Amino acid sequence: MLRKIRIGISLVIFLLLTFYLIDFAGILPDSFHVLAHIQFIPALLGLNIGILLFLLVLTWLTGRSYCSAICPLGIFQDIVIWISRKRNKKKRYNYRRALNKWRWGILALVVIAFLSGFTVLLSLLDPYSAYSRIVVNIFKPIYLAINNLLTWIFTMFGNYTFYYMDIFIAGIWALVIALVTFLAIGYFAYRYGRIYCNTVCPVGTFLGFISKYSLFKVHIDTSKCNSCGLCARKCKASCIDSKAHKIDYSRCVVCFDCIDNCTQGAISYTLRSKKSAPKPVSADDPDMSKRTFVATLAAVALASPKSVVGQGVAMLTGNKPYKRKHPLSPPGSISADYFTQHCTACHLCVSKCPSHVLKPSSLEYGIGGMLQPMMSFENGFCNYDCTLCSEICPNKAILPLTKEKKHLTQVGRVVFIEENCIVHTDNTNCGACAEHCPTQAVTMVPYRDGLTIPKINPDICVGCGGCEYVCPVRPFRAIHVEGNPVQLEAKPIQIKKEEELQIDDFGF
Amino acid sequence: MERREFLRTIALAGLASSFKFSDAMDILAQSGRNAKTGAAYDLIAVMGGEPEMMFRKAIAEMGGMGKFVKPGNKVVVKPNIGWDKVPELAGNTNPKLVKEIITQCYKAGAKEVVVFDHTCDDWRKCYKNSGIEDAAKAAKAKVIPANEESYYREITLPQGKNLHKAKVHNAILDCDVWINVPILKHHGGANLTISMKNHMGIVWDRGAFHRNDLQQCIADICTIRKPAVLNVVDAYRVLKSNGPRGTSAADVVNPKALFMSSDIIAVDTAATKFFNQIRTMPLEDVAHLAKGEALKIGTMNLDGLKVRRLKM
Repeated sequence: MLRKIRIGISLVIFLLLTFYLIDFAGILPDSFHVLAHIQFIPALLGLNIGILLFLLVLTWLTGRSYCSAICPLGIFQDIVIWISRKRNKKKRYNYRRALNKWRWGILALVVIAFLSGFTVLLSLLDPYSAYSRIVVNIFKPIYLAINNLLTWIFTMFGNYTFYYMDIFIAGIWALVIALVTFLAIGYFAYRYGRIYCNTVCPVGTFLGFISKYSLFKVHIDTSKCNSCGLCARKCKASCIDSKAHKIDYSRCVVCFDCIDNCTQGAISYTLRSKKSAPKPVSADDPDMSKRTFVATLAAVALASPKSVVGQGVAMLTGNKPYKRKHPLSPPGSISADYFTQHCTACHLCVSKCPSHVLKPSSLEYGIGGMLQPMMSFENGFCNYDCTLCSEICPNKAILPLTKEKKHLTQVGRVVFIEENCIVHTDNTNCGACAEHCPTQAVTMVPYRDGLTIPKINPDICVGCGGCEYVCPVRPFRAIHVEGNPVQLEAKPIQIKKEEELQIDDFGF
Repeated sequence: MERREFLRTIALAGLASSFKFSDAMDILAQSGRNAKTGAAYDLIAVMGGEPEMMFRKAIAEMGGMGKFVKPGNKVVVKPNIGWDKVPELAGNTNPKLVKEIITQCYKAGAKEVVVFDHTCDDWRKCYKNSGIEDAAKAAKAKVIPANEESYYREITLPQGKNLHKAKVHNAILDCDVWINVPILKHHGGANLTISMKNHMGIVWDRGAFHRNDLQQCIADICTIRKPAVLNVVDAYRVLKSNGPRGTSAADVVNPKALFMSSDIIAVDTAATKFFNQIRTMPLEDVAHLAKGEALKIGTMNLDGLKVRRLKM
């Protein structure tokens, strides 16, 4: 029963979240971003205290049910495991010792790297972000291809229910990393069960520490147990030592498979028993995890003067001769620094941006900020009235903006290079840039021979990139947006009060 | 009256003879078709009513929609839906006008009316927030996308000076007749955007226009073999500055006018002269008018036309 409930909840969350991530047509309303907000790392980085408390209390009460019912990467692995069992009926797992040094070592490394401004490690290992990247970079293009095939068929018959969507790979690195994650985690899950969750995953390690002390636990009743070992063979977390009748609660993801498989009814999910209370530790001898936990905390505290390390990392990685001196972080992300310290590159915004402006970075933010989205005006420009990315970002790396606030948020400033401009080089009208400018930071002013040429006013520019996107000059455009390392407030547009004009005649 | 008729005959004869000298056989055929509509006037200008009322009045003066749309026709109504703007900001054609035109097409026996535009902002937002998608669907039109290259087919423009080919939306190429419904707006690049400039919403590669002399390319695309049977210029609200997008409601004036003609140059000339009262805009500045006239698409000489001016 418990197992069925677990499967039910996990499938609902998993399917809805996955569909929300690939859904380009707005079939699921944007409020479904809450499925990303309830994930652990986003809640932690976004300092979403309510959700964080909920997850911690949930873990303290029930154990690692987050890993079984909420975490999409965990559920993804369960599906792989389910397939592996279907294909191999004799599939069996064995109890393995916990690799606690690895677990705590990786967690410590992730934390230290993160505090040093090297967010990429957390981005790579955070299970929600890793899964979300797989969906956005691999599944979504496939979904779009299917959509386009359907569009092709339906359009042939004059039915426009479906419409074509551009399929573009958001970023080659993002695709490669998503593929590697998909294949590696898929392979390990297929062969060894939940080994990623119990060795690598920093969330698993942390929640595992709490779940050792959880109120409800899976217990083996030794009076009923006939030591058949079936539970251990069915345990995808490899955490049941059936000979010793012990369970490593730091690795148990409360999937309840053991309970349903036990022929003797010897396994139950109950309040923690008094008997085992004095020694709630796993099968490992000294309480390694507690010690490492403290050590981790100490290391973290020492690493805290992060700005020093951060600067070092920036010096090593930044300042490459790119076209743009500074990347453009999404509107509402305060500054490139703030953004890179809060984003785990889940690419939810990349998938949802209606204008296809957000794109995973490669080295624009430095190695430490790899994969984090930046604005790119190759495929579109930021819609002046759109605030979607700021509303859905689960990490609050992009803080919510109102439309009015966004109109004054300057992510970058316009730069005009007259020598490249078609009006200058070809002596013809163009004005595509001014046409797209929502604030008229680019306007057309009289030039020679009755022509008009762009004139810029960077103070009122919001950096939407409309001008850069549409500028027809290649390879180097006549107009582009230079990123603001710290987002500024654009000056509001001057609205001239003019007299009411009365037109009574046709004029011809 | 006689004098007017006489002049009109002369003008038409002149127009016809000028066609003979060109190789534009298809344009000749086109102009012949337009002449065959036998409309009472060449150009109608209406002021002072609501968009749908002005259209009703104008089309009645023209002799009814039946002059342009025949029973069983597949019709395209092509408004300007370029921007993610609400109707009050005058970035797009008035949805009430679009709805009325569609309704009249069906009344004239159209089999199907299709509405689309190649937008600048995200097309789904434009269709929705302009109010045009809802209005068109309410009038039972088919609102179709134009956001992807495969909706377009390449055509040649033998008359074009700079633009010799363009990818044009299938809906235009596959319909029987189409009606061009632009909104009159100031335009940073072309100075004004009216009926001729509205053709940039039926083509895929707008960048080519900007690269190869925008004003000439606008004139060139209007030499398309299947020109609009009717151009209806929405000047109910007019964007007088910071166009074609506008920055605020301060850019919008509300002169409540509408212009209609089968002659695209004439109707745009009339609209330019009208705009000139709001803000100085000499005809020379809207250079695609003269360039279009040079390509014999129509005439800028309104005095030679039979114009009906109406105030409501």
